[in-house]
Amino acid sequence: MNEYKDLKLTVASSPHVNSPVNTRQLMLDLLLALIPAMAMGTYFFGWRALAMTAVSVVGCEVFEWGYRAMMKKPQTGGDLTAAVTGVLLAFTCPVALPYWVLLIGDFFAIVIVKQLFGGLGKNFLNPALAGRAFLMLAYSKYMATWVSPGTHNWMSLTGKIADVVSQATPMADLHSGKLPWQGAAGSSLQDLFLGNVSGCIGEISAAALLLGGVYLILRGVIKPRIPVAYLGTVAILTVIFPQGNNNVMWMLSQLCGGGLMLGAFFMATDYVTRPCTPKGEWIFGVGCGLLTVFIRYFGSYPEGVSYAILLMNVLTPIIEKYTHPGRFGATGKKGGAKA
Amino acid sequence: MLHQFFGGVHPAEHKDLTERKATVPLAEAPAQVIIPMSMHLGAPCKAVVSVGDEVKVGQIIGETTGLGAPIHASVSGKVVAVEPRPFGNGGEMVSVVIENDFQNTPDPAIQHRNNVDALTGEEIIEIVKNAGITGMGGAGFPTHVKLAGAVGRVDTLILNGAECEPYITSDHRLMLERGDAVIGGAQLMAKAIGLNGAVIGIELNKPDAIEHLKALAGLVGDIRIEGLKTRYPQGAEKQLIQMITGRQVPPGKLPADVGCLVCNVATAAAVYDAVTEGKPLTQRGMTITGGAIAEPMNVMVPMGTPVSHLIKMAGGFQENPDRVLLGGPMMGNPIYDLDVPVMKSTNCILSMTSKEVAARDPAQTCIRCAKCVEVCPMKLTPLFMRMNANKRRWIEVEALNVMDCIECGSCSYICPARIPLVQTFRAAKAEIRTQAAKAKAVQEAKEATKA
Repeated sequence: MNEYKDLKLTVASSPHVNSPVNTRQLMLDLLLALIPAMAMGTYFFGWRALAMTAVSVVGCEVFEWGYRAMMKKPQTGGDLTAAVTGVLLAFTCPVALPYWVLLIGDFFAIVIVKQLFGGLGKNFLNPALAGRAFLMLAYSKYMATWVSPGTHNWMSLTGKIADVVSQATPMADLHSGKLPWQGAAGSSLQDLFLGNVSGCIGEISAAALLLGGVYLILRGVIKPRIPVAYLGTVAILTVIFPQGNNNVMWMLSQLCGGGLMLGAFFMATDYVTRPCTPKGEWIFGVGCGLLTVFIRYFGSYPEGVSYAILLMNVLTPIIEKYTHPGRFGATGKKGGAKA
Repeated sequence: MLHQFFGGVHPAEHKDLTERKATVPLAEAPAQVIIPMSMHLGAPCKAVVSVGDEVKVGQIIGETTGLGAPIHASVSGKVVAVEPRPFGNGGEMVSVVIENDFQNTPDPAIQHRNNVDALTGEEIIEIVKNAGITGMGGAGFPTHVKLAGAVGRVDTLILNGAECEPYITSDHRLMLERGDAVIGGAQLMAKAIGLNGAVIGIELNKPDAIEHLKALAGLVGDIRIEGLKTRYPQGAEKQLIQMITGRQVPPGKLPADVGCLVCNVATAAAVYDAVTEGKPLTQRGMTITGGAIAEPMNVMVPMGTPVSHLIKMAGGFQENPDRVLLGGPMMGNPIYDLDVPVMKSTNCILSMTSKEVAARDPAQTCIRCAKCVEVCPMKLTPLFMRMNANKRRWIEVEALNVMDCIECGSCSYICPARIPLVQTFRAAKAEIRTQAAKAKAVQEAKEATKA
């Protein structure tokens, strides 16, 4: 007998420690990485950009809470995944979009795409992108009303369409085969990089999104495979097949324009809807790049990022099936003493 | 040139608690030792002493009955019981309980050996066998069996000084304090299997040990020291082989199948002591540590010492432990009775407070972050394995190579949703084994009725 008999000792299967990073921490990092893009959107489009994002976040969290309460399922709002969907959906909408349209998008994203398929981790489409695709089809007029950066009244939160000064997006120019500074938008490459262009709230600033993306990679939230494969594929295709005579400028405009940066770093890397295998991530990224360029070149929409990613989302299970990492020791060199 | 192993994690090390503390002898010897007749992988030994017998240090008290290594008394005194007692691997094991007479009278058979250089390989293996040496890093496989099986098949002898588990520093201290024994043991083992040299792999978080052994090895030649980037589970056999030679042990095969033999540095030192001093394995260095321990320490411990005695020697608990483990926090076994004795493979007694232990949040939903896939050193896909295991789809789980899992726990460690992955796979492996055994029994019964 010893003096420690009264201790209550836990007996559990090892390991007895775990990494300090939990789901909530990962989502917080994602939200943090989106702040620069948020700041640029607000700077160029006014407070309404911020208000839109806030409404979308609240909308998504409320829809998630409401659905789960109605279905008597445990609440999951604390993991912040719905908040991330809210931010991302707002980021892919024009700033003059009426709030009620945005909320319909939130409902579609959270209830139809995410919860009806089993909630977190079970949806096969990226909820934010699916929400956006739904709005593009159902409310195409609103989704194509573009606001000129810096012209919007800073304090106007209502965003009535009559108030706004509309302007063509650089993507429309690229779609008609012109470089942005030669087309209707008249944006320079620097404008495109910094975000001084008309477009969606969170998509305009390639620089801010790049910053956020690098932060995610450094923090280990995402692996660089998908963004590198995605951006690389788009870069290669556009530099080989430029429209006009300056292929480098064409490539850079394609990379900085539209939703590509947001898509490559924040949408295509969505845990739930991208392949879970390393090889699969490369294939997924390349596929997104190919489809994006195809849609931009040959489609009737000027922008193809969201549809490209959604299409690849659908292919995720089959990519996973054929890209299992292989078995340890199944290949590789053998040693041994010479007999 | 160094290679890479797949995946891996880097948990907080906590080695600072003891890494600068020299290994000390026990201030107070245990009044009683409880020596289980199985401290190795294989068949338990048969006790060859009975109640009332007087025994001396190093005297054989358990003889092998099959695959195994003999067991020796670790203190001198009187046998007071030979009966099943709880032990660290779970359940009970026949144990020889010796009442210590505190005289430490050595067995007269233990003699310094002068003709070490004249020994042949077979003779070295025979000495190792009689000294009862088993792997001191983990599983406790009998060392002489490993050595004998390696003769003629192995071209690389690897000594494992990685010590990749957090908290543990016993091998680190051993390499610093008994570097000559480690290197001497490496040479003897190399000779035993017909090689000229060995590679000693040490993680870079022990720069002093690397420096020290390099300086010593420089004097004898043919012993190479490799500094390895700190990463768990570097010290796992297959990963260490991959790291040092680039070879991958095929599924279901042994290191010898890729020409490698891996032994712990502590095993090498034990071989050295056995060959040069004739000493059987009766004590070992151990780290007594953890946030609950008042004075964490490295200490030489006679086999069979109860854990409770060691905790008392380390100042007792300064805080109530949440759990006490034999081994490190990644793969250690929890014990519920502190009277269990330490064994040949026990390198650490870790008493963790509830603050140190993983926050026991309930498991959440898998978000498919694939961090488990990234960290798995065996290239498995834990998230898919778990999905199928939860649905009891054993054929699918097996097809995902669950039997290759080395149970290092990296997946459970990294999971941001706190899903008990490796724990699920342990259960799945057991289930698959049971089903295979059942299927085999049915098959045999069918054949028997046919015949």
